[in-house]
Amino acid sequence: MKHTLQQVFRSPRFVIGFSIFMFIVLTVIVYPLIVRAEPLEIIGQGTFFPPGIYVNVYDSMDSPEYILHLDDAAAKRIANKLNDEDRQAIKEWLAGYGIPENEIDIQDTEKLLDQWVNNYDPTEKIPGMTNARRNYFIRLDKSLYGILATEGATVAAINPETDVLEEIDSVAQTDYVNISQVPNVRVLPLGTDNFGRDVLTELVSAIGISLIIGLVAGLIATSIGLILGLAAGYIGGLVDDVVMFFTNIFTVIPSFVLLILISFSISQEQRGAVTIAVVIGFTSWVWTARAVRAQVISLRNRDHVNLSKLSGHSTTRIILVSVLPYIASYVIMALILQISSAILAEAGLSILGLGPRTTEVPTLGLMMNWAMIYQAPALGKWWAYFPVLLVIALIAFSLNLMNTGLDQVFNPALRE
Amino acid sequence: MKGYFRYFGGKMVWLLITFIFAFLLNFILPRLMPGDPVAVITQRVTQGMQSQAGIQAVYEEYQELFGTNKPMLTQFLLYIKNVVQGDFGTSFSQYPRPVADILGSSIWWTVMLQLPAILVGWLIGNLLGVLAAYLRGGYDKVAMPLSIFVSSLPAFGMAIILLVIFAVQLKWLPTSGGYDVSMFPNWSWPFIWSVFVHYQLPFWSIVLIIIGGQAIGMRSMAIYELNADYVKFSRFMGIKDRVIIRYVFRNAMLPQITGLALAVGTIVGGALVAEIIFSYPGLGTTILSAVRNQDYPLISAATLIITLMVLIATFTIEILYGFIDPRIKAAQSD
Repeated sequence: MKHTLQQVFRSPRFVIGFSIFMFIVLTVIVYPLIVRAEPLEIIGQGTFFPPGIYVNVYDSMDSPEYILHLDDAAAKRIANKLNDEDRQAIKEWLAGYGIPENEIDIQDTEKLLDQWVNNYDPTEKIPGMTNARRNYFIRLDKSLYGILATEGATVAAINPETDVLEEIDSVAQTDYVNISQVPNVRVLPLGTDNFGRDVLTELVSAIGISLIIGLVAGLIATSIGLILGLAAGYIGGLVDDVVMFFTNIFTVIPSFVLLILISFSISQEQRGAVTIAVVIGFTSWVWTARAVRAQVISLRNRDHVNLSKLSGHSTTRIILVSVLPYIASYVIMALILQISSAILAEAGLSILGLGPRTTEVPTLGLMMNWAMIYQAPALGKWWAYFPVLLVIALIAFSLNLMNTGLDQVFNPALRE
Repeated sequence: MKGYFRYFGGKMVWLLITFIFAFLLNFILPRLMPGDPVAVITQRVTQGMQSQAGIQAVYEEYQELFGTNKPMLTQFLLYIKNVVQGDFGTSFSQYPRPVADILGSSIWWTVMLQLPAILVGWLIGNLLGVLAAYLRGGYDKVAMPLSIFVSSLPAFGMAIILLVIFAVQLKWLPTSGGYDVSMFPNWSWPFIWSVFVHYQLPFWSIVLIIIGGQAIGMRSMAIYELNADYVKFSRFMGIKDRVIIRYVFRNAMLPQITGLALAVGTIVGGALVAEIIFSYPGLGTTILSAVRNQDYPLISAATLIITLMVLIATFTIEILYGFIDPRIKAAQSD
């Protein structure tokens, strides 16, 4: 046993796969200890906030101000409001208005804005311009208001006693706050999803649930497969015929179809994550049963098994002592593959809208489903689907890598 | 010839038995579930409805529609009779369009997409697998982990990645549908071109996934074969590697064909979900809309059709295998 483990951990593939998998599992365990947030709590009002650090604006006004003189501050401020696309658009408008093109320099911000402010007229009709484009220019004009200003802004509030707007603070362009002194800062490393939930927290919780689904489904499938395979292979005869009859049938009937039929028939309220896992487990035992049976048949007539039979040991004991240890590596490899394919099956089902009910727990498939329904890929909201996809791929990859690593250890022909 | 007939006959009998079984499951599974499916559907349809009498009326209407108020055996006979006549009932969501009509149009999109994709993916994957086994070394070291990673992705994952890169970012190819929405299906060149362009992303996302899986399997098979005595013997005899590799390919390919026959169901299932990502007008998208609209007759018919497709594909592969495998060929001459 110890020797086998040593050998297994000497296989680079297994070790890489194992490390990735353990990293994922540890993240699932450790993350909730650090970030105590409800995974499905809706914190954002709106959809798909981009990843970043969210600083409370109100609090930052009250935080201690520091004056920093940074040379490129003004340039950055302008660049943020007026990007290259906007500059190009301004040039287009001005050219359409009748300014000679050689007089327009989109790099010279001051001159460009000067030309814009002097000439732009929202009522002016440029030939060939659509209404949407005209609205874009009206918005652009509004956003450019005060872009070159150098004086600060005034903060005012209504005095509750006199009902008059009073200046309570003024903010200069050189004022800074230290982010650690602002009481309300929320880091959203992966932004928010379509419901306004923190994607990272949700993702970690989803990984946990999906791993549980994989484990439950994998254990069920492997147990059924192992028992049927052992019975068919060792007992043989009629049992073998019956088991093989069903195994052959279920090999050809796509388990995907069975999953759809069963999940659709279970009402939404009963469709929890574990129920889905059980359904997946009960539809994917076929491979394991076939493989175990083939292995057992080749073992059945070995000398040590015959010896055990002659010694009068019970069938249970023979199977436990003389058969199981020889196919253990095989069964573990099958289990690993079952876990990985169960996680993928849940994801596929959820995309079809047949996954676990949506109100209680997130799963990787459900997150994928939400992202697809709200068209995250087409809208360019990568944080809503790409991390999920990456995690699904990494889990399956690490499990498959462990599997090929084990294969190399136990099948000497494949060794390098 | 006798051997062949026995082989085909046996396969044919299995096909029939499996189909009957699948048919039974398709009928029984939804009816076996705890609870009353008609009640569940009624509950979904009548959400927000206040009047008890109204809900009861809807319930009875659905009971009549499914015939669930009749005994199980009568239901079953009715079901068989309808299916044999190609009558799968009327779709709920696209009322009054018959289910057979909806499936009749979407099934061809799926067949035309998946059949070539599976064949191309299988062929390329196996060639790469043999190459990896033969060259080992650097090529193998890069190609293997890459293949494992690619085949770890679900087909819909590959579909999303291709969609984002080639349709959303680069805008080379359209994001969704089977043809341009402004066109009507006809045999003009612009329409065929539009279909071709829309075909690319779904096609390659399925092909790439299959390549990954097949390459891994073929590599192990080919390594076994390369270590076989006949290869060593041929090498001693001074036969060129190019000739040997041809024999290795043929021998290693046989288990791969069986593997394909066994995996076709899984591949089709994954590819159906990939279709959804592109809103390709095939069976996958049909099932999705049926699920969203609680269109029970459509789902039931679609799953039956998919099962039948997979069964036919498996059967065809097994028949082809009979022609290719020399052991079955030898049995024929007995």
